[in-house]
Amino acid sequence: MAGHTETRETLHGCSIHVMRSGSGAPLVYLHGSGGGGLWLPWMEDLARQFSVIVPEHPGFGRSDTPEWLDGIHDVALFYLEFLAAENLTGVHLMGGSLGGWIAAEMAMLDASRLKTLTLIGPAGVNVPGVHKPDMFLWPADELARQLFHDKARGDEAATQAVDPAGADVRMKNIYTVARLAWHPRFYDPLLMKWLKRVKLPTLIVWGREDRILPVAIAQGFAERLPQAEIEIVPDCGHLPQVEKKDIFVERVTRFIAGSAR
Amino acid sequence: MKFFFFHLMPYAYLDPDYDMNYVTDWLLYPNSNYDPEKGAELYNRYLDEIEYADALGFDGVCVNEHHQTAYGLMPTPGVLAGALSRRTKTVKIAVLGRALPLLNNPLTVAEEYAILDNITRGRLIAGFVRGIGVEYHASGVNPTESHDRFHEAHDLILRAWTQPGPFPFEGKYYQFDYVNVWPRPYQQPHPPVWIPSQGSSETIRWASAKERRYVYLQTFSPVTALFRYMDMYREEARKSGYEASPDQLGWSITTYVAKTDEQALKEAKPHIEFFVNKFLRMPMEMLLPPGYLSLSSMKGVMAAKASLGRRRTMEELIEQGQFICGSPETVRRRLTEYQDRAGFNLVLPNLHFGTLPADLTRRNTELFAREVMPALRDRLPASGHEKARA
Repeated sequence: MAGHTETRETLHGCSIHVMRSGSGAPLVYLHGSGGGGLWLPWMEDLARQFSVIVPEHPGFGRSDTPEWLDGIHDVALFYLEFLAAENLTGVHLMGGSLGGWIAAEMAMLDASRLKTLTLIGPAGVNVPGVHKPDMFLWPADELARQLFHDKARGDEAATQAVDPAGADVRMKNIYTVARLAWHPRFYDPLLMKWLKRVKLPTLIVWGREDRILPVAIAQGFAERLPQAEIEIVPDCGHLPQVEKKDIFVERVTRFIAGSAR
Repeated sequence: MKFFFFHLMPYAYLDPDYDMNYVTDWLLYPNSNYDPEKGAELYNRYLDEIEYADALGFDGVCVNEHHQTAYGLMPTPGVLAGALSRRTKTVKIAVLGRALPLLNNPLTVAEEYAILDNITRGRLIAGFVRGIGVEYHASGVNPTESHDRFHEAHDLILRAWTQPGPFPFEGKYYQFDYVNVWPRPYQQPHPPVWIPSQGSSETIRWASAKERRYVYLQTFSPVTALFRYMDMYREEARKSGYEASPDQLGWSITTYVAKTDEQALKEAKPHIEFFVNKFLRMPMEMLLPPGYLSLSSMKGVMAAKASLGRRRTMEELIEQGQFICGSPETVRRRLTEYQDRAGFNLVLPNLHFGTLPADLTRRNTELFAREVMPALRDRLPASGHEKARA
């Protein structure tokens, strides 16, 4: 169905799986803790306007797990190296959940190749008093169910989450999530101090009914990124790009068009 | 055989119906359910029970380490070992913790063990463990770093005991400019090291290696697993270039003795079933956090633990060799049979378990010491036990 291509790129001893489609300004999407490797309808929509590049992180799915993978900074620095190796500039960087955290770290460390930043229900910042459920204590199907506001979609995701065919990849992915996010749980004190360095046009999209990372955490980003636009999507869980695809695509497209001026 | 009295010190007043509202008595079960008056009574009673084992002629006693649970009240086992070090006179004291990866400064264990070894004039046995998976939830330590932190902390402690200080230590997880631990251990070059495990092949290979030859202890598992892991230890030792001795292999086994089989089964049943169905209750996500085992081990262990949430009976536990229960004759026969098949020489009977009351614990311990130990004390595994199993 999709006209995307799949390649492998090797850098710093780590071979990763990369999906690409479309032409135009580069838009790099970093996936969340559930894993990547699937070409999704919203990516296809954005590929009508952008050159969409979707890598699978080191330690996930079809990508290698390198010896040097100790924490979130390793992934962020790896991807900054990836942007350089691909000779990409003016990048619209986008990430969801764990991928939003990685994107924020990249922007904090070195924004020179970036044009805009879009964070979708991102991890990375802690807001004291806002309780995050412990996803490491949830069985896989329960976790998948909690991703969606819509019950039917949640049930469908729960069924897929225990499909034996995906068991090996899921275990590999959750091992890497633990490596990156176990402690402190899904945030980085360094990022919380220095996120204010980021001067890029930034869009923060959050599902109002997000049960993985509550929408109240958006405030923690807004405080540090006063110039950021915030879009709260109603009747929507942790994955606005999936659950409210059309709203998401329209909003992101508008944001990027506005930032180009 | 050598005999080490092993106590887990559970909070025996755990509400039997707690599991109507909580999935586990670990980690999430509120500590408001701990009553200090009752707890104080239990600590003193349990220490009496361990001290009694000294008087009855056991070769050693063992304490244990778990955190944030009613299952066992020994989060800092060194404190209990310290209490025992002056009140006991002849037994070895085995600390079957310390969960090294959970520590920010492993030198605290080098110090603590060295003090115990000095006070007891060399009666300490130094246990090193990774801690079970739930400890990584309780401590926040990253389970994906567990193996590496364990090895590094172990290396640091052993060097602190054997290499003249001060010297620097430059590890990935631990760095010190000055390693210079006072006191030095009483036993030279260092106290014996015991490695309890549920059966991780990585741990067995590491413990059995020629340069270490650490005692390997199989904890609560069916005998089929016991046989497999003891074979694995001997096989790894052979690959490493030597023949493992039965004194390198130990088995921790819950045991109950009474005058007759009937009496033993009747008395033990509610308490062993409380132990396995209430105290041990824990969801898989808690027991096996991501990264705690290698990817390849994880799938096998998850399959082996598939019965985790299922109610188990005493009869089932006896059948699988996870509980020995009966007359002295029955208990002697079982231990003999398992010794010949597994080839261990160290037995760590848990003579208290679950909600077993003080009087039954006392009688169990006495009967074990008087009617089981003497006949087996000089017994070694029959040779050729591995062939017999093939």
